[in-house]
Amino acid sequence: MSKIHVTTTINGEPTEFLCAPDNTMLDVLRGPLGLTGSKEGCSSGDCGACSITVDGRLVCSCLMLAVEAEGHEIGTIEGMAKGGKLQPLQQKFLEHAALQCGICTPGMLVASDALLRKNPNPTEEEVRFWLAGNLCRCTGYDKIVRAVLDAAAEMRR
Amino acid sequence: MNVVTNNKWIGQRTIRPDGMDKVTGRAQFAADFNMPGQIWGKILRSPHPHARIRGINTSKAEKLPGVKAVVTAKDIVDFPIEKGAVPLGIQDMRWMCRNVMAREKALFPGHPVAAVAATTEEIAAEACKLIEVDYEVLPWTIEIEDAIKPDAPVLHEWNKWEGKPSNIVGRLEHKKGDIAEGFKQADVVIERTFTTRPVHQGYIEPHACTISVAGDGKTTIWSSSQGQFMVRAMTSLLTGIPQSDIRAIPAEIGGGFGGKTIIYLEPIATMLAKKSGRPVKMVMTRDEVMRATGPTSASRSTVKIGATKDGRIVAARGTFYLQAGALPGSPIRGAAGCSFTPYDIPNLLSEGYDVCSNRSKVAAYRAPGAPIGAYAVECVMDEVAEALKIDPLDFRKINGAKEGTKASHGPVLPRIGYIETVEAAKASPHYNAPLGDGHGKPRGRGVASGFWFNAGGESSAQVNITEDGNVVVTTGHPDIGGSRAAIANICAELLGIDYSRVSVIIGDTQTVGFSNLTGGSRVLFASAMVVTQSTEKIIQTLRERAAKIWNIDPEAVKWENGAAHPSSPNAGQFEPLTLAELADKAPAMGGPIGAGVQLNTQGADGGYGTHVCDVEIDTDLGIARVIRYTAVQDVGRAIHPGYVEGQLQGGVVQGIGWALNEEYIYNKDGKVDNAGFLDYRMPVCSDMPMIDCIMVEIPNPKHPQGVKGVGEVPVVPVMAAVANAIYNALGIRFYSLPMSPPKISAALDANVKQAAE
Repeated sequence: MSKIHVTTTINGEPTEFLCAPDNTMLDVLRGPLGLTGSKEGCSSGDCGACSITVDGRLVCSCLMLAVEAEGHEIGTIEGMAKGGKLQPLQQKFLEHAALQCGICTPGMLVASDALLRKNPNPTEEEVRFWLAGNLCRCTGYDKIVRAVLDAAAEMRR
Repeated sequence: MNVVTNNKWIGQRTIRPDGMDKVTGRAQFAADFNMPGQIWGKILRSPHPHARIRGINTSKAEKLPGVKAVVTAKDIVDFPIEKGAVPLGIQDMRWMCRNVMAREKALFPGHPVAAVAATTEEIAAEACKLIEVDYEVLPWTIEIEDAIKPDAPVLHEWNKWEGKPSNIVGRLEHKKGDIAEGFKQADVVIERTFTTRPVHQGYIEPHACTISVAGDGKTTIWSSSQGQFMVRAMTSLLTGIPQSDIRAIPAEIGGGFGGKTIIYLEPIATMLAKKSGRPVKMVMTRDEVMRATGPTSASRSTVKIGATKDGRIVAARGTFYLQAGALPGSPIRGAAGCSFTPYDIPNLLSEGYDVCSNRSKVAAYRAPGAPIGAYAVECVMDEVAEALKIDPLDFRKINGAKEGTKASHGPVLPRIGYIETVEAAKASPHYNAPLGDGHGKPRGRGVASGFWFNAGGESSAQVNITEDGNVVVTTGHPDIGGSRAAIANICAELLGIDYSRVSVIIGDTQTVGFSNLTGGSRVLFASAMVVTQSTEKIIQTLRERAAKIWNIDPEAVKWENGAAHPSSPNAGQFEPLTLAELADKAPAMGGPIGAGVQLNTQGADGGYGTHVCDVEIDTDLGIARVIRYTAVQDVGRAIHPGYVEGQLQGGVVQGIGWALNEEYIYNKDGKVDNAGFLDYRMPVCSDMPMIDCIMVEIPNPKHPQGVKGVGEVPVVPVMAAVANAIYNALGIRFYSLPMSPPKISAALDANVKQAAE
């Protein structure tokens, strides 16, 4: 099967890659592009560990074909901290001990960031329903929700 | 015990050393590692629940272009059953070799029968389809009640129970007093039978490894597990490569909860790498994780408790049947041994039975066996308290175990904090708050307690002072929930330096001494001991070096706030020598500064918790929702309270999943019908309330910082607390899990029907 050439933007960088027609965006991120921050937990869109943004919209990269990236802006966990400076959500996850094993953390952060861009002042219930697509098996979600609410408060300041 | 008061770092919510990597995507988990020239391994799995393997023909697969190696059970070291047990930790290699790759028989759908390595994953998968397996399909059995019938298909013909081939492969008994006499004294006796379903640990990271075997046999394993030394030992035993030639490098682990205390892929990938001469990478799919890695046991428990009118338990009996799956080893010790331990019961008989059946082999899951037993015992406790018209927490307090109580599983208990957890639960804001109005949805409150053994065991650490006067601590335990942060707190405290100057890493098998599994709630207990002793040795060296420089006696030097000082004005007048200054002078003063300690740690005390749960029931949909939850636990000493709370909260939510939704559903062909996260319904964020924690701190006197294990207790009481709350809301007791919407709806419908008749 011949490969397809794709031109896209990843974390603000113009990027080109070759992929098979059945490659998912997650396959390409983790494989040829070496961006292994996005995790593969299920390959069925149920765990959210592979969450990325496409033109600002939250997407499970395991459910997106890599060829669909053509001409779009992709955002991954690797693009969240700018020049080594953590984004407030990342800092609050650390301060609140909102991660244990850390495998869901990239997806949680990408999803939370997408929420706060849409809704800078979410209620606890809104955070809980927005993050319902991101499984965490370690924390029981308590500290994650607190970290997101605290980061939102700080970002509004 | 030398618990330091006025701590600067112990008890602080510091930023974890591995945190930055984990919030930026830099942390390397098992599947994130790649090697130049690597090829891909895939496993062919049995489609049958039970089948004799008459032959395997791999020739077509081997000829497929791109295929580099094929392995079957012939390539894995055999441990013959008749030669007797070959224990490794809680596992027996006779079962491990058969679980990793089916030998005489395939014992569950998903059981590996062969594996292929090829240049791409697609070719490897294609080659698996070309392998011809000659199966003699056999009758099968999955559920406990079927597997223990006299005419049940028997998985292991060599196993005899009462003289006949049987699926009952083990029994355990704890006995105290005389239960017949005890029950005679009782005014109230309640006996109930409970069932639970298999539930999976549900770690988000599938099993994965990359393995390279050099021409001289030197083997390097990159994988995530709950113990790199377990990976090395099992891989060595199953491949015949000596341990000294296997370097197992622990990746960050994306959750384990007990499920990564055994291995599945590493011996197979090692043999594929050895045969092909190429590094081999293997990553399980979620489907494979659900079908072929160990969920916990299903269970069938009968519990009988008798008490006198004044609320004293006089006798108790528990019989716990646990489903081991394909090969022996269900956690009957946890079920039979833990369930009654919170109570001082004079007459007791607690039995566990290990039952094989045609599902994947059980693996440890957070306090293995204990939640199953506690569900039964704590629900009966609730019924007895109700019959006696005693508050359920008062009933637990009256009967609570304390220092000097002889536990059913043997030991006389040391100073424990069980009763304190009951008292704290009773005094909690939660227990004293009204349930509130559910606006038509019934609400209820339940309580339950739980116990887990906790563990010590082997640990090693090396603490080195860097040339610039900072600290690197290397331990041998995969950090699954923040142990590096707690170790950094302790080391910084002892040395009197800033936390940021302590770096904590997890060593691989060839760079740090043997360290047993991350399991049994043992890691911080054990590693804090070896790190403390190592750090104390370093402080001794630092004092000696300062004494030499000042030309005074080492006993006249004290270590304080990160520097050597004369211990009193009599010792002389000297400017303090800081850690950085002493590190700088090290080459001239005797060489590098570092110390390692290796111990088989002793003195782990058991853990106790008491939980309060409020539920609200949507009677139209049969959905029980937990609306408030408080977990109280004797945590010994919270070295890093954030990660202690994290253990409590995470354990509770796993228990809520077990109580309300999670279950393995098998279809008529004996296959798992819900092998994915959509249909295997783990709790999501919108299902849960905040989980309140009350940490009772009764320090362990046998530990330098007073540490007790905390990770496993929090799942133990949960299913009973939820069941008791649902009873309080609906007046219906549920004797089987999960209490899922279909089950609650059916029970409500039956009530309506009964009322109408």
